Amino acid sequence: MPNLLVVENVSKSYGNFTALNNVSLEIPKGSIFGLLGPNGAGKTTLIRIINQITYPDSGRVIFDNAPLNQKHIQSIGYLPEERGLYKSMKVGEQALYLAQLKGMSKAQAKEKLHYWFDRLDIGHWWDKKIQELSKGMAQKIQFVVTVLHEPELLIFDEPFSGFDPINANLIKDEILRLNQQGTTIIFSTHRMESVEELCDQIALINRSNKILDGKLVDIKRSFKSGTYEIGIHCENQSELEQQLAQKFSVSPGEFKSFDGASSLRVKLNDKDSPNDLLHYLTSLGMVSHFVEVVPTVNEIFIEFVKDNVNG
Amino acid sequence: MDKLLLIIKREYLAKVRNKSFIVLTVLSPVLIVGMIALVVYLAKVNSDDKRVIAVLDESSFFDYHFQSSVQENYVEFKDIKLQTALDSVNQLGFYGLLYIPTGTHIDDVADQITFYTKVSPGLDFLSSLEQRIQHRIRDEKLKELEISPQGIKKLNQRFEMNIVNFSGQKNVKGISEIKAIIGGGFGYLIMMFIIIYGAFVMRSVIEEKTSRIIEVIISSVKPFQLMLGKIVGTSLAGITQFVIWIISAGLLSYVMLSFMGIEFDVINHQANISNGAIETLEASASKDTLQLYINELVQIPWVTLVVSFILYFSLGYLIYSSIYAAIGAAVDNETDTQQFVFPVITPLMLAIYVGFISVFDNPNGPIAVGFSLFPLTSPIVMMMRLPNGIGDGGVPWWQLITSIVILMITFLLIVWLAAKIYRVGILMYGKKPSYKELYKWLRY
Repeated sequence: MPNLLVVENVSKSYGNFTALNNVSLEIPKGSIFGLLGPNGAGKTTLIRIINQITYPDSGRVIFDNAPLNQKHIQSIGYLPEERGLYKSMKVGEQALYLAQLKGMSKAQAKEKLHYWFDRLDIGHWWDKKIQELSKGMAQKIQFVVTVLHEPELLIFDEPFSGFDPINANLIKDEILRLNQQGTTIIFSTHRMESVEELCDQIALINRSNKILDGKLVDIKRSFKSGTYEIGIHCENQSELEQQLAQKFSVSPGEFKSFDGASSLRVKLNDKDSPNDLLHYLTSLGMVSHFVEVVPTVNEIFIEFVKDNVNG
Repeated sequence: MDKLLLIIKREYLAKVRNKSFIVLTVLSPVLIVGMIALVVYLAKVNSDDKRVIAVLDESSFFDYHFQSSVQENYVEFKDIKLQTALDSVNQLGFYGLLYIPTGTHIDDVADQITFYTKVSPGLDFLSSLEQRIQHRIRDEKLKELEISPQGIKKLNQRFEMNIVNFSGQKNVKGISEIKAIIGGGFGYLIMMFIIIYGAFVMRSVIEEKTSRIIEVIISSVKPFQLMLGKIVGTSLAGITQFVIWIISAGLLSYVMLSFMGIEFDVINHQANISNGAIETLEASASKDTLQLYINELVQIPWVTLVVSFILYFSLGYLIYSSIYAAIGAAVDNETDTQQFVFPVITPLMLAIYVGFISVFDNPNGPIAVGFSLFPLTSPIVMMMRLPNGIGDGGVPWWQLITSIVILMITFLLIVWLAAKIYRVGILMYGKKPSYKELYKWLRY
C-alpha cells in the first residue's frame, strides 16, 4: 500500500530540550495509525509538525509524494487534545468560519454542515452559542468541524475524551466509516483498548525517540511467547500441576474460573506445538479453557516504556 | 489573503456584536453629554435659589452700591441697630447680614466691615462680595488722589507684542496655543486608541488561549495571519466606535446646546469679567484680528497633518498592538498581564507628558526632537510638533523623514519579535511567563 505520509528523520528541539530525535514514520494510505507514547514523549510535537503549526529543525515530511506545504493544510483535519471553540459565537456561524479557514466555500460548507448536523441529529443547535451547550455537545460540534472538509488525513488526539460511552461509540463508528471511505487516520490516545480495536499500525514514541513501530498484528505476534492459558477439571489438582511442570513451565493463570477448574499458564517448549499440549491436557482431564496468551497493546506499551526508562 | 479577510471579518463582528461594546458605544456619548447637561442644569438650579442678603450701612459710603443680581438679592436696612438687624435677618431666614459700621474715612470703615451668616459662605460668593467692596474702596481712594476715571482708563493701556516672522508674516497671539491644542489632540487620540484597543487585542488573544480554540485555528492559518487579522479587525471595530462617538456626541451636543443656549448666556453675564478683559475680547473680535486667526488656521498644514496622522497612527498602533498580542499570548489569564502592560504604557504616558510640557514650550528644542525621533514616542510627539508645519519654522524635513524611517524599521522589528513570542506563547499553558522565558521563546 502506498504511503500517504512519510516522516523522515525529523528532529525538533526547544532550547536545550529535545522534543523529537530523528523520528521516522510511514503511514500507509487508508490505514488507522496509532501514535502512542507516554505524556511528554513528543507525540504532540510530531502532530504539530504534520499540521505545520511548528516546523522541524531537521528532516522532512512527505505528504502524498510531495514535501509538506501550505496547500496540504486543507487535506488534513486535526482534532487537538487541547481543543475548544469560541464560547460566545453561534454554532453555525462558528462552524462556517472554521470550514472557510480550511479553504471551503461558504455554500459548500453550509451544505456539508447540514449533512453532518442532520446525521448527528444536532441541527437545532445551529443558532445556539457554544456556552449554552454541554461539554459533550460542544465536542460533537468540534468533531464535525474537524471532518467537515473531507480531508485525506485525519488526526485525532484523544478523540473520545469528554464523551459519554454512547456518544464515544457514535464517534468511533463515524471514524471507522470515514476510514472505510478511504480516509487515513492518525490516532493518538492513551486508551489502549481503542487502539487495540481500531488501529492497523502503531508507533510508540518515548522520550523523543520512536522505539517501536509496525503493523499491530506483527508487533503482537513478535511479542507472544508461546504461552497458553488453560482451564482444566480434574480430580487431583496438585498432581496435575506437578505432571505439567515436568514437561512445561507452569505458572498460575490470570483468569478467574467460575466452575472450580484449575487456572494455569503454560509455556510451550520450542519443540512442542499447541496441539501437543492440548492432546496431553485432554488425557489429564476435561479442558474448559484454552487460549493463547497474546500481549495486549497495554502490556506492550507498559513493558516498552518501562524498559526504556530503566535502560 | 482570503483567510486574512475572513479573520478580520470575524474579529470585527465578534467585537462589534459584543454586548458590552454596544453598550459602551451607545452609552458613552449619552453619558458624557448627559453629565455636562446635568452639571449645567444643577448650576442653574443652584442659582435659581436666590440668596437674600441684608446690608446695614451706617457709613453711607456704600449707598446703592449693592445691586441685586441673578444670584443675590440685596436688601438695605436703614437706621436700625445691629442687634435688631441681626434678629430680623435671622427671623426672615436671610442668607446673611453685611454690616458696614460708621466712620469718617473709608479705611476705618473697611477694617470693620463684617459679614454675619449662619453657614459659612461659599468661596465664589465671598470673593464676589469682597470684589464689590474692594472696587468701592478703590474708587473712593482714587477720588482722594484726585484721579478721574478717565485717567484710570488711560492708565489701563494694554500692550501686545507684534510677532512677525522673517518672511514678514504677522503672527497672532494665541495661535501657537491653538496649534498646540490641535497637535495635542491628535497625540492624545493616538494614545487613547492604543491603550483601549491594544488591550482589546490582548484580551481577545487570551480568550482564544483559554477557550483552547487556538490550536484548531492555527492548524488552518498561520499564527501571524491570525495575529494580524485580530489587530486589524479590532482596530476597525475601534474606528467604528470612535466614529459613532464623534457623530453622536456632535449631534447630542448640538441638541443640548439648542436647549441650553439661554443658560449659557446667563452664565456669561454672571461671570465677573473685568473691563480690561472685555476690551481685549472686543479687540480680538475686530475684523482684522479675526481674519488673521483664520489666515493662520488655514495655513496650518492640514493635508500634511492628516497624512502624517494616518501614517503615525497606523504604525504606532500596529507596533503597540502587536506587543499587546504577544503579551496576551504569553500569559494564561488577564491578571498576569500587569507586569508586561505597565512597561508598554510607560512610553505612551511619557510621550504625552513630554509633549504637553516640553513640546508646547519649545517645539524644536532638543527634547522635542529627541522624543519625536524615538520610535515608541514619535507617533505622539511628532503629531504635537507638526501643526507648526514642515520646513521653515516647523519640523525640518530630515527629522520627519528620519522619524518615519526609524518608526518603520521598529515596526518591522517589533512585529517580527512579537509574532515569534505569539507563535510560541499561544501553545504554552501553565508556564509562568517571565522576561527570561520570553527571551527563550525568541530563539525557538
